[in-house]
Amino acid sequence: HIATSLPLPSERDHLRPRIDLVVFMIDIKSKYSLKNVETSLAHVDASFFLGKVCFLVTGVGRVNACSIETNAICKLGEAYCSPMLFCELELEGVRVATAQRLLRMLQICAGYIPGVSALSFVSLMRNSDDD
Amino acid sequence: EIVDPQKTAFLLRKAWTLYSVTPLYRFRRARLRDYARLLGAFIAAEKQKGLAVEVGVELDIKVAVSSLADLRGSEQDQAAVLVQLSLRSQASSRNSEDKLVWSGWFCSVYGDDLSENVPEDFTCLPLFLTHGAESYTSMVGRWFQKTFDCCFRRLAISPLNLSWMVAMWAGCKLDRAASAVELVFSVPRLSQPLDISYAIHPEDAKALWDTVQKTPGEITQEEVDVFMDCLYAHFHRHFRIHLSAAKLVKVSTAVASAHCDGIVKILHSQYLSGVLMLLTELAISQIQ
Repeated sequence: HIATSLPLPSERDHLRPRIDLVVFMIDIKSKYSLKNVETSLAHVDASFFLGKVCFLVTGVGRVNACSIETNAICKLGEAYCSPMLFCELELEGVRVATAQRLLRMLQICAGYIPGVSALSFVSLMRNSDDD
Repeated sequence: EIVDPQKTAFLLRKAWTLYSVTPLYRFRRARLRDYARLLGAFIAAEKQKGLAVEVGVELDIKVAVSSLADLRGSEQDQAAVLVQLSLRSQASSRNSEDKLVWSGWFCSVYGDDLSENVPEDFTCLPLFLTHGAESYTSMVGRWFQKTFDCCFRRLAISPLNLSWMVAMWAGCKLDRAASAVELVFSVPRLSQPLDISYAIHPEDAKALWDTVQKTPGEITQEEVDVFMDCLYAHFHRHFRIHLSAAKLVKVSTAVASAHCDGIVKILHSQYLSGVLMLLTELAISQIQ
């Protein structure tokens, strides 16, 4: 399901299936997309931040079109304890690889991979901080 | 500090195309006359090879290479080097002057980040600015690359850096009445390209910056963000358009103007050092 911002319209709540993973997309060329994500984050229930939220930063291939400071984005990921993926949608190889990663994450969040739960993502994040 | 306004007058009010240059190997300041001669010969040879690609690009060229002692930031910086290409005058030598057709200059203003880390035989002049036909730039660039084993790259300026520039320059105090602060945005993904030009009265822009900046002489990313957010919010209030979703392509102030393709115009000598320092920093980060 794709939405341009949160909260989702309440009219369709009863028709909506369970949400296993929320991916927030930030376009590095648009400051507006960062602001939009920041306001939308407030509408997400706290329980999602135990591994069921991730950030996808797009447009990273073009360094010269960058409107957002990378520091600001990384701080966002740290503040919400959620993984941050960087990709360039215009490159097919990267697009496919990123889609595969997201699918893998979704499988884990939906409980299809025995022995691994969404909470693993949170502990992975903490380990890289200690390094 | 760059002091002599007469020597730097040639810089002002010209559109300079920016390049980053890697350090020059075995560049000797004592040999500037030799270099001028060798570059002249190279250009003549290009003419022989029939490589004049543009109509109106003459190749009977006289080359002058000079050192601009005062054009630098700190003592660690190398003094700037100016290359000028003039058309040899065809008429009799009495009243005719050679016509300047192309200028390019290498400089470094507070480029210590780069010069600290290079071995002995290298000269660091990371910023290269050109004015004139692209064919000349290409020839001069090729000769320098061949002779000093360096590498030139066009220096593009990201929207992030452009917003730093407009915040910094809009806040500069100027004696005379200043021109408007203008930001030009390009709107992506439309069937026909759309440019939005946002002009602000310079006093309003300066007043806004003065309320945002906490420590004079210091600028932080947060302050630049607040400044830009105020401008975006004001525009949105009036026109219901989110400029933050568009691409900032050009900024223009009374101090200087800059375009994302890496073209700058310096309009005021008072802040020349500050502008060159920022451009040097951009050039260095592109090299590293």
